Amino acid sequence: MMRLPWIVEPRIGRTGPRALLAPLIAVATTILAAVVLMSSQGVAPSRAIWQLYIAPLSSLYNLSEVLLKMAPLLIIAQALAIGFRAKVWNIGAEGQLLLGAIGGSLLPLWFNDSVNPMMLPAMALCGMLFGIGWAALAAFLRTRFNANEILVTLMLNSIALQLLYYLVSGPLRDPYGFNFPQSALFPQVAMLPSLFGMGRANVSIIVALLATVAAWIFVERSMTGYKLQVGGVAPDAARYAGFREKRAVWLSLCIGGAAAGLAGVFEVAGPLGQLQRVVSPGYGFAAIIVAFLGGLNAIGILFAAFFMAVIYVGGDMAQASAGVPYAVNTSLQGVLLVSYIAARLFVDYRVRWRRDITQQGAN
Amino acid sequence: MGTMLVFLLSGTLLAATPLLLAAMGELIVERSGILNLSIEGMMALGAVVGFATIMATGSHWLALGAGGLAGVALSVLFAGVVLLALGNQVATGIAVGILGLGLSGLIGKPYEGMTVAPMKRMPIPVLSEIPIIGPGLFNHSLLVYLAPLLAVGLWWMLRSTRVGLVIRAVGESPESAHAIGYSVLMTRFLAIMTGGFMAGLAGAFIATVSATLWSDGMIAGRGWIVVALVVFATWRVDRLVIGAYLFGLATIAELLVQGAGIRVPSQLLTSIPYIATIVAISILSMDGRKMRLNAPASLGRTYNSTA
Repeated sequence: MMRLPWIVEPRIGRTGPRALLAPLIAVATTILAAVVLMSSQGVAPSRAIWQLYIAPLSSLYNLSEVLLKMAPLLIIAQALAIGFRAKVWNIGAEGQLLLGAIGGSLLPLWFNDSVNPMMLPAMALCGMLFGIGWAALAAFLRTRFNANEILVTLMLNSIALQLLYYLVSGPLRDPYGFNFPQSALFPQVAMLPSLFGMGRANVSIIVALLATVAAWIFVERSMTGYKLQVGGVAPDAARYAGFREKRAVWLSLCIGGAAAGLAGVFEVAGPLGQLQRVVSPGYGFAAIIVAFLGGLNAIGILFAAFFMAVIYVGGDMAQASAGVPYAVNTSLQGVLLVSYIAARLFVDYRVRWRRDITQQGAN
Repeated sequence: MGTMLVFLLSGTLLAATPLLLAAMGELIVERSGILNLSIEGMMALGAVVGFATIMATGSHWLALGAGGLAGVALSVLFAGVVLLALGNQVATGIAVGILGLGLSGLIGKPYEGMTVAPMKRMPIPVLSEIPIIGPGLFNHSLLVYLAPLLAVGLWWMLRSTRVGLVIRAVGESPESAHAIGYSVLMTRFLAIMTGGFMAGLAGAFIATVSATLWSDGMIAGRGWIVVALVVFATWRVDRLVIGAYLFGLATIAELLVQGAGIRVPSQLLTSIPYIATIVAISILSMDGRKMRLNAPASLGRTYNSTA
């Protein structure tokens, strides 16, 4: 019978600074993969690294783009991490984001001449409720019918996209828009104020940072956060302690839906200024990667979201200047998460050669 | 009415075949205790590699084989991370799936919007002469007939052969299977590679046989429907076959309704397979006891094969 030449044993106790190993290996692997993939597209290695990782940080305008893309990733990833810790797999943030964008668009489209300063808060609330509603469908089906939330949230992503297509080509289409599948432009009160007065970064990044603080407090300091975590690590113990699983499912999905919905509002009220067919460049999926890359830890996610945003902006710039297809971006996101998960082996486990162990035994 | 029925039958068969092929692979993988969520990416990669192969060689069979091998390549990565690096299966599946989608877009860039000649049909003598049923069911390319036959083979293999027994044993309890001398690692590695081949083959089938074109994102969630199908089938081959053809019907419902001149938003029709999936999973999962009885006991659980 085949026997592997090494032995893997779980590490017990705190991982400490070793935990940093996995994201560092993942980032290094991703940079390497970027060089390979960009070379395949005819971009020299040095230029590839410059394009993807340095150019996004090289000017204030580019940095502002990074912050703009970091905001939705950070907001969603913080919420998803809470659910993932409880082993509730909400893969539907993309759809919840789209619903948020739709919900957030209703008010500025219905009250297009509004000058009410409460417009933005109302839009945010409405978008979050739409996101929660979409996620709640999955929570209901999971708790009532035992339906697997991974599959349901995934299917809801596809349905949300079709719903968006329907709305922008029909009921919410701009009547004076020459039949383009997009809504009317939002009034000024429905637009997020920009930061620094330059670039496209707006207050969404501030909200995202506040969400990070809130997530940290919720996970590390609140009883509810603790219960969720126990339910994920030791479901039997959690049940014995009377922590209800159904509540964990509802809570995890609703937090995710609210966060993704809010991120959706920030897209339409920020860089887009209207509802369109393309609302998100896959933020809902990328946020899953961000959540894992950050070790499902509020502080780690902060750095992970920044790195992912850099890749996004770098990819956009490479596409614009060197004609590198967007698929490079998607591929690199995959490499990032695959290599992170693989590298976790050395964080969560101790790996030793069998040979070394038998020698030790002989001595 | 006649042409409509022919279209209904042949369209359902054509749409169901890749679903059935990929779902049989996923069934083997899940029966061995591994949840592979990267089917969508494997199908996309298989589709584009199959398409590139047919552009270079003109052969449908080479295209299908190459697509299958592309799926195997991606599945080896998945297997390595899940079995050797002990990665979480849900997260790894999503990651490998994203990688597959990205790579397929990258490889497919030069082929965007191109079309290829359809595969040669093999009308079955006598049967294909029957009105309506003949052209509907018995005038297809070989793989369309082969898929249900393969399903019979898979059913027999899982039920009555030693290989099937080992796969099921490993999926129910890797610890016990290990204790009586079966290699959990080897069994799962091979199961995952088989699943990868079937997913890649299914993708190549879509690109070179049923759609005969390449466009980025053309798998359009079918890989996820495949995963849902296995749950829908409660890990049983007979129900998998029924499910695949039902979903094949659901995916062409869009064209049917439009053909019948009923005015419904096209987006609602496009959503039918997704809605059907949610409804089907909800109804079938309702009886939690039965689901647990049928589901491989170790499904999704990380198993350390060096211990």
